[in-house]
Amino acid sequence: MKTTLVLIARRLGTAVVTLLLVSVVVFTISSLLPGDAAEETLGRNATPEAVAALRTKLGLDQPAHLRYLHWLGGLLSGNPGQSMANNLPVKDVIASRLPKSLLLAGLTTIVSVPLALLIGILSAMYRGSMLDRVLSLVTLSMVAVPEFLVATVAVLVFAVNLRWLPALTIVPENATLGEFLSAYAMPVMTLCFVIVAQMARMTRAAMIDQIGQPYVEMAILKGVRPARAVLTHVLPNAVGPIVNAVALSLSYLLGGAIIVETIFNYPGIASLMVDAVTSRDMPLLQACAMIFCLAYLLLVLVADICAILGNPRLRNQ
Amino acid sequence: MGDLVQVSNLRVVAGNDAGKPVPIVKDVSFSIPRGEVLALIGESGSGKTTIALTLMGYARPGCRIAGGSVRIDGAEVLDLNRDELTALRGCKVAYVAQSAAAAFNPSKTIIDQVVEVVLIRGLMTRAVAEAKAIDLFRALALPDPEQIGGRYPHQVSGGQLQRMMAAMALITDPALVIFDEPTTALDVTTQIEVLRAFKKVVKDRGTTAVYVSHDLSVVSQMATRIVVLRHGEVREVGLMEQILHAPEDAYTQALMAAARPARRHALSTVAVANPAPPLLEIRGLTAGYGRRDSRGVPCNIVLKNIDLQIRQGRTLGVIGESGSGKSTLARVSAGLLPPADGTVLFNGEPLAPGLTGRTRDQFRRIQIVFQNADTALNPSHSVARILGRPLEFYHGLRGAARDRRIKQLLDLIRLPVNIATRRASELSGGQKQRINLARALAAEPDLILCDEVTSALDTVVGAAILDLMGELRRELNVSYMFISHDISTVRSICDDVVVLYAGQKVESENHRPFQAPPYHPYTDQLISSVPEMRSGWLEESGAVQTPPYVDPVNCGTDLCCFLVRCPVRINGVCNVAMPPRVTLGNGNEILCHHSDADLRRLYSPSHMRTDLR
Repeated sequence: MKTTLVLIARRLGTAVVTLLLVSVVVFTISSLLPGDAAEETLGRNATPEAVAALRTKLGLDQPAHLRYLHWLGGLLSGNPGQSMANNLPVKDVIASRLPKSLLLAGLTTIVSVPLALLIGILSAMYRGSMLDRVLSLVTLSMVAVPEFLVATVAVLVFAVNLRWLPALTIVPENATLGEFLSAYAMPVMTLCFVIVAQMARMTRAAMIDQIGQPYVEMAILKGVRPARAVLTHVLPNAVGPIVNAVALSLSYLLGGAIIVETIFNYPGIASLMVDAVTSRDMPLLQACAMIFCLAYLLLVLVADICAILGNPRLRNQ
Repeated sequence: MGDLVQVSNLRVVAGNDAGKPVPIVKDVSFSIPRGEVLALIGESGSGKTTIALTLMGYARPGCRIAGGSVRIDGAEVLDLNRDELTALRGCKVAYVAQSAAAAFNPSKTIIDQVVEVVLIRGLMTRAVAEAKAIDLFRALALPDPEQIGGRYPHQVSGGQLQRMMAAMALITDPALVIFDEPTTALDVTTQIEVLRAFKKVVKDRGTTAVYVSHDLSVVSQMATRIVVLRHGEVREVGLMEQILHAPEDAYTQALMAAARPARRHALSTVAVANPAPPLLEIRGLTAGYGRRDSRGVPCNIVLKNIDLQIRQGRTLGVIGESGSGKSTLARVSAGLLPPADGTVLFNGEPLAPGLTGRTRDQFRRIQIVFQNADTALNPSHSVARILGRPLEFYHGLRGAARDRRIKQLLDLIRLPVNIATRRASELSGGQKQRINLARALAAEPDLILCDEVTSALDTVVGAAILDLMGELRRELNVSYMFISHDISTVRSICDDVVVLYAGQKVESENHRPFQAPPYHPYTDQLISSVPEMRSGWLEESGAVQTPPYVDPVNCGTDLCCFLVRCPVRINGVCNVAMPPRVTLGNGNEILCHHSDADLRRLYSPSHMRTDLR
């Protein structure tokens, strides 16, 4: 147990170091972009004196490493600066958007992960059968269709023609469960289209890899039913690769949801970041980038911990 | 009592999807009387495992039972539906797989897997089942039977795991147990203990068993009847004594001949006291894997303080069980692994420790032939490309000159010239190993490092490779370092031998190894563990003695690596100081506290040792 904790602590340490490195990269790249917030705020006709004065006020005239440390200190103390575009604290801007993104990502996870596991396990169990081929074809065509097309067609069919679902995802305060679900149905479905296929295919591959192992044949030969052998013998050994595939797919849900957010007019964090880019709102942009990175690292960390706990050779070395 | 198993006209085909089904078991019939052990003997591809699996109504993916009848206790197995088959397996017929390390689920505890089928069937409560499993562990002579089940498969040794798999098979008291090459993956000193445990439980319980093996010596310890198979056909059926002493079929006779290896080639004529420096000399070699500390010593030391010499035109055998450091020795000699300490001299000149720093000519002169030709040769390259690459690299041969040389090489390894256009994946195991050898020969080396080159091959094919190596040595005067775990192979082709145990050289013998005792206690155990092809050997060879008591060892002192297992260790000597190198009267040099006279007394004939020849 102690070694497991050490192993997990080491992974955590690696994650922190990675995050620091990413913060350097994010800061460097955003400083390399032409123009700065002072020029952007004052516009093209500003006098050099005014720009210089604002720079001093914003602290932009300080050397880069001091600005970096200042920014990093702000990040750590929960104050990543002031958004240039609307003059609100970045913290508040993100606080209004992040929960919505997390909600959408969470709902998509709840739907997509069981679905993908089911598809993957079924097609691995019946490998080469009609079912396997149909599932494979369906998942492949799902991932091949661009999501803007999926979303647009879904709006056309379900919102415009059938009028079953609202075209925009706007959930009123104190909405009923039915309203809530119908509002989220289409964006969740569109995102599932993108990520289910990859998770299902990785699950299938991991399961097939294990099904070919001699211990599965042994289980069958000692009188274990195939379905039971797959669930109790194969699945625990395939957990490592499966959770890693799931983590990679889910990491798409925060930053990659931009098209879905745009089409359904959903106020998430991906569209916030795109806005920050167009308005050169550096503090906001940097904060968004750090959040995506953090989410990604967290997912990979959880996957690693699952893999460690699922493997007795790693667990009690 | 009658027959428990009756198999008649059994046919199994492979490849039922596309094209014509290929028969892999043709019209096989045999029967097993209750309480007897029947052996299915044959080489790879003989269908022995396929036949054994049909006794459980099972065919591997891609195969199909096409006809015939398998009756167990009068009931037809091939007519059972899926549920009835599931009920048959594990309860009435149980299976012990070849590699227990692969056949146990790595992520579940052993006890969970041993009692699993009993719990699924609801035959016993968990507590009763676990108690029975512990009884079986005890009967199979496993250490700490109460606790060992709680471990995971990677936490016990291969021999222990194989016995626990037998416990898993026996827990339901099946009428028939199938042992599928259960000791093939084990070291010879472990094999003897496992065989003894198997024999005891089978005898005590009066179990009927099928023993699948390619090894006649092992089978002659276990079986009462033998079925000899080749290419899916029965060549000979008979009682064991008849098959061993008066085989009728020509193939059975060939199999027996290959299993009793003769001296393969005349000993080297080069005198031991040749004044020229040895071709390869290793001095004080220490090597290992893993992170290196500040002095460059790796954390996982595999070889410790090894000295050896190979002279021009001679064959040095390196023998030891798995994990003894044999392959690491080859890797260090070839420069694949830089040693932590010590030097490797070639023709009297020190070689650079790693690959960088060695000249192309030094590469050319030391070639390595890996154990598994399947993985050593790129399956999608043609034979001509595999052999052409070293010819271009070392000799600058191109075009017609290269093709001519490829033909010569194929001729040298006795393969037809037209094989040059075939891909490696299209060749048989024996052909691949020949190409693997030819690839090394293409460089025209002085020394070939052969790492278990015959271990993956059938006896007859392996014997042919050994003959070829002998001929090549005569024709080309190359030297070999021949790494093997098989003492009879080493005995049949090597001039000199070093015995490794846990990374230390415990014995070295020059000129006609393993001919006369005394030996190092480990070598002795190794030699006396090789089964002989006669019944009763297992009983005569006597149980492995429990080592005498010694006081606990102080941590950190350098001691004899064999101390833990040594049956003749001395309290106050072996557990206190590192043994010296002793030269015995027969010229063998051993790492031991015992003198020549001690060993002769300890291993006197009254000790029930059988001398092997």
